Amino acid sequence: MDNFELICPAGTPAALRAAVDAGADAVYLGFRDETNARNFPGLNFTRQDVADAVDYAHARRVEVYVAINTYPQAGNLGPWRKAVDDAARLKVDAVILADPGLLDYAAKRHPDLRLHLSVQASAANVEAIRLYREAFGVRRVVLPRVLTVPEIARLNAEIDIETEVFVFGGLCPMAEGRCSLSSYATGLSPNKQGVCSPANHVRYEQRGGALASTLGGFTINVFGEGEQAGYPTLCKGRFVAGEGPAYLFEEPTSLNAMDLLPELKAAGVRALKIEGRQRGKAYIAAVVRAYREALETFAAGRPVPHIDLQAMVEGGTQTTGAYTRAWR
Amino acid sequence: MTASLTLGPVLFNWPVDRWRDFYARIADEAPVDTVIVGEIVCFKRAPFFAEAMGEVIERLAAAGKTVWLASPILVGSERERSAMRDLVRSDATLPDGGLPEGGLVEANDMGALALLAGRPHAVGPTINVYNEATLGWMAGRGAVAVSLPAELPAATVAVLAKAGRELGIETEVQVWGRAPLAISARCYHARAHGLHKDGCQFVCGNDPDGMPVTTMDGQPFLTVNGTQTMSHGCLCLAAEMPALVAMGVDRFRLSPQAMDMVRVAEAFRAVLDGRRDGAEVAAELGGLIDAPLVNGFYHDTAGALRVA
Repeated sequence: MDNFELICPAGTPAALRAAVDAGADAVYLGFRDETNARNFPGLNFTRQDVADAVDYAHARRVEVYVAINTYPQAGNLGPWRKAVDDAARLKVDAVILADPGLLDYAAKRHPDLRLHLSVQASAANVEAIRLYREAFGVRRVVLPRVLTVPEIARLNAEIDIETEVFVFGGLCPMAEGRCSLSSYATGLSPNKQGVCSPANHVRYEQRGGALASTLGGFTINVFGEGEQAGYPTLCKGRFVAGEGPAYLFEEPTSLNAMDLLPELKAAGVRALKIEGRQRGKAYIAAVVRAYREALETFAAGRPVPHIDLQAMVEGGTQTTGAYTRAWR
Repeated sequence: MTASLTLGPVLFNWPVDRWRDFYARIADEAPVDTVIVGEIVCFKRAPFFAEAMGEVIERLAAAGKTVWLASPILVGSERERSAMRDLVRSDATLPDGGLPEGGLVEANDMGALALLAGRPHAVGPTINVYNEATLGWMAGRGAVAVSLPAELPAATVAVLAKAGRELGIETEVQVWGRAPLAISARCYHARAHGLHKDGCQFVCGNDPDGMPVTTMDGQPFLTVNGTQTMSHGCLCLAAEMPALVAMGVDRFRLSPQAMDMVRVAEAFRAVLDGRRDGAEVAAELGGLIDAPLVNGFYHDTAGALRVA
């Protein structure tokens, strides 16, 4: 039985080396602009950084994927097409795309470039996935975080394309690439600018003993004394709907599907993805090492170990998210 | 080509009698050209409307409306998939399609789009069409109309409307109603009531205009409609209509709210016909809904804002 491939994030060259050294099979990254969905200040790779990353990774038999997974701006397709051209020129192992127009361009212009479908395309059913395969030759789909494990199994039984699923890190409770919440509050969106709940629209206000966090002028949370304050990601905020304030959409929590490795393997999943291109190298090293250990143990036929990643999770809580039906 | 008015599908969980009566009145009184029907938010609700669907379609068609059927936004489970496959067999381009002449299916998910390839179809606003390359790719597969995502700014709409004219594909912009902002596998209506989606008791039916969501400071912010999250502000581009027409936008979508939609349709028709001023219409309609009017997306800023 082939082991899972472990796909790891890198927001900086240092994080990339950390991921490679800790046991990644592939590292995914983005260029330093609006062409990728983690377009944060101080993050991402210049063309030269990518060239160096490919050298470093390939020397250690690790692959490099480039995410070009925002939706190109009308009348300004150039930066996205150039990103695809440059990724091909730099000999990366795959590009991760979401926009049909860009996929069409990549398939025609670079027929040998391996195409993966980004989670931002939110392809959640057999018909949609087959479309991307037949129209563009997409070889792998990163599944949106809306499916249960049994649904993933049924999907894999009907498609002849690899599936990659998120196993660790931040999670969107909304179908990815189909969310304008950030855009509604701030004008900046994951699809257009590659940002969600951007820091330049965040304010913290002291209110007596409480600390309020706002996004675009909307209060996202108010933390009482002794409560740990978190970043005001819109869908992880506390709001009032009917009863008192509650985490209406999702608690500040992290996905951790390590316990589901046997089920994901039985469901036919090819690759496991760790979220977190915005994370530092120490975090990347710790999470990748833990998952590498779990995968090796599992591949050897032993029970998946319980590795403590509590220190690595947002809000100190973990969830298996949409993979289990109760989440809905 | 003259611009036309579209009534989008009812997104809320109304009792079927209310739903049927709503469309009867639309058929008799609303000056809209195309009416799109179908439960696109939650497959659990769909059986309630199925019994009245045939009657509603016939009534609308008899009144001279073009009737389209909308496919669900999120299709993950086998049941949702099966419903989607049944639905794409309905359009009037098929011999036994079930829809009257001119009737098309509007795809709201890439799976439905896949199944509609090679015959005329429409593309709904929850499919990501952000640029002319994607628009062209869709036109090449048989799309004849695309309703653009609500978050697109004017500059993008202008490029797409122009490209649409060149490609022979009609472009549409939502000009009235709460904006759809997100879709999830999780039901927030159920969650807010301490329930699970599987045992939701259809609590979304208690809120014919969606469940208001305020911040912890009591500021109105969002609207929950089952698995869908919408804006609190009511998108209104009445004042922007002349500019949109000048760009070459062909179709203008009104998204139903629990209010007098005949009056809304009459007002937008008057703007489209040049009989009334858009800003004046916005002022009038703003008084009919318990939400501020917003147009920020169009003006390339936060969607929750209103730009004068």
